Amino acid sequence: MRQPDQYHNEAPLLSVSGLTKFYGARLGCKDVSFDLFAGEVLAVVGESGSGKSTLLSMLAAHSQPSSGTVTYLMRDGIARSVFGLSAAQQRLLLRTDWGFVHQDPARGLRMGVSAGANVGERLMAIGERHYGNIRDTALDWLSRVEIDADRIDDAPHSFSGGMRQRLQIARNLVTQPRLMFMDEPTGGLDVSVQARLLDVLRALVADLGLSMVIVTHDLAVARLLSHRIMVMRRGEVIETGLTDQVLDDPREPYTQLLVSSVLQV
Amino acid sequence: MLELKNVSKNFTMHLQGGLQLSVVSGVSMTVRPGECVVLGGASGAGKSSLLKMIYGNYRCDDGEITLQDNNTPVDIAKATPRKILSLRQRKMAYVSQFLRVIPRVSALEVVAGAARSFGVGASEAETRAVGLLRTLNIPERLWALPPATFSGGEQQRVNIARGFVADHPLLLLDEPTASLDAANRAAVVELIDRKKRAGTAILGIFHDEDVRDRVADRVIDVTRFKSAA
Repeated sequence: MRQPDQYHNEAPLLSVSGLTKFYGARLGCKDVSFDLFAGEVLAVVGESGSGKSTLLSMLAAHSQPSSGTVTYLMRDGIARSVFGLSAAQQRLLLRTDWGFVHQDPARGLRMGVSAGANVGERLMAIGERHYGNIRDTALDWLSRVEIDADRIDDAPHSFSGGMRQRLQIARNLVTQPRLMFMDEPTGGLDVSVQARLLDVLRALVADLGLSMVIVTHDLAVARLLSHRIMVMRRGEVIETGLTDQVLDDPREPYTQLLVSSVLQV
Repeated sequence: MLELKNVSKNFTMHLQGGLQLSVVSGVSMTVRPGECVVLGGASGAGKSSLLKMIYGNYRCDDGEITLQDNNTPVDIAKATPRKILSLRQRKMAYVSQFLRVIPRVSALEVVAGAARSFGVGASEAETRAVGLLRTLNIPERLWALPPATFSGGEQQRVNIARGFVADHPLLLLDEPTASLDAANRAAVVELIDRKKRAGTAILGIFHDEDVRDRVADRVIDVTRFKSAA
């Protein structure tokens, strides 16, 4: 019997060191360091204003850090500094090897064009020109996120919140990225809709071996999706470790407060 | 297979004014392949906490928890999260007191999935899962349903099936027979015997004396590891 060790040692996909961001004199986040390996899901939790979205926007090269480095293992096997890349190279990464799912789907989708075009656009951006191929691939991805094929020509403004979020995920995954950044992907959705989205996400992560950094204030989402967790408060990482360890045996006062505040159903 | 050296655990309850709870202190023991070691002692003695520390679910404040990983010793107390996940995949399985599974996944898939993640092929994993669910008397009409709606005893049996379906060399069992009737307790005893014969090292908690007497090679009273404080 083959016994794979999916956690065997290799170079990290994303390596973050000393990442710090000031907005003028105000601290956004301070001295964040971690490695993320292929297939690994890291949840960043903390209350509003803890710096988790600031961190995510720097990781995805949406904003520049005040100090610190982020290196990414590119498909050619070479780890490069993300902030050392040209703007065009950064855009290419964001359109192909990375995905970014916003809490508000309207920020990640083009609301006026069809669902099919939303998914196809990222394919065209990497050079796919054949209309039939693009439509077939779009249909495939819509079905994988459980959107009916007969909605392919409808624009997302006619979709429910949960469908929009699933469409945003399909739009990101169509280029088969290796790394996804997610900012509160279940925020603002009804719980039953959240559940369906989480099922879709969990299945995709398992099937595709994606790496993810997921920012959430929902500890249940972190428990369900992530391997590791990072707790942030006032811009700093206060506790980090294996997800079930941090949630079942929290050490820091603030983490204990977070965990004990979750309502049990 | 497993060796604990001077293992200690305290909880600091910051929400209760920094109250310190000493769970265990100075625990040393070994578990060899093919033997079943049972942790004894009253409720609250720290037995479950010890199992959770070995599984990496609780932190280990002090001491060493050494597991053999292909003849290389790994200290779980200091291992990275990745290493612990790797050991859980390949080396140790844990049957907790209460079933905790991903919602909306069927009982059969809960069990078969555990075998696949260990490296068992898909069809063999399903065959093993079906066999265990049968052995543990889970009615076939329940297999396609998520266990959340099952009775306590049925959930516990799914939990046992999940823990036993693969061939991890170390099994941690936290009262697996607690809510089972006599027929199912006997089925679990038989499963444990089979694992022992296959060379699996087992560390468990069994409150039921009858089961304990039948499976235990040694009983270690955890009460003696209480710190003086």
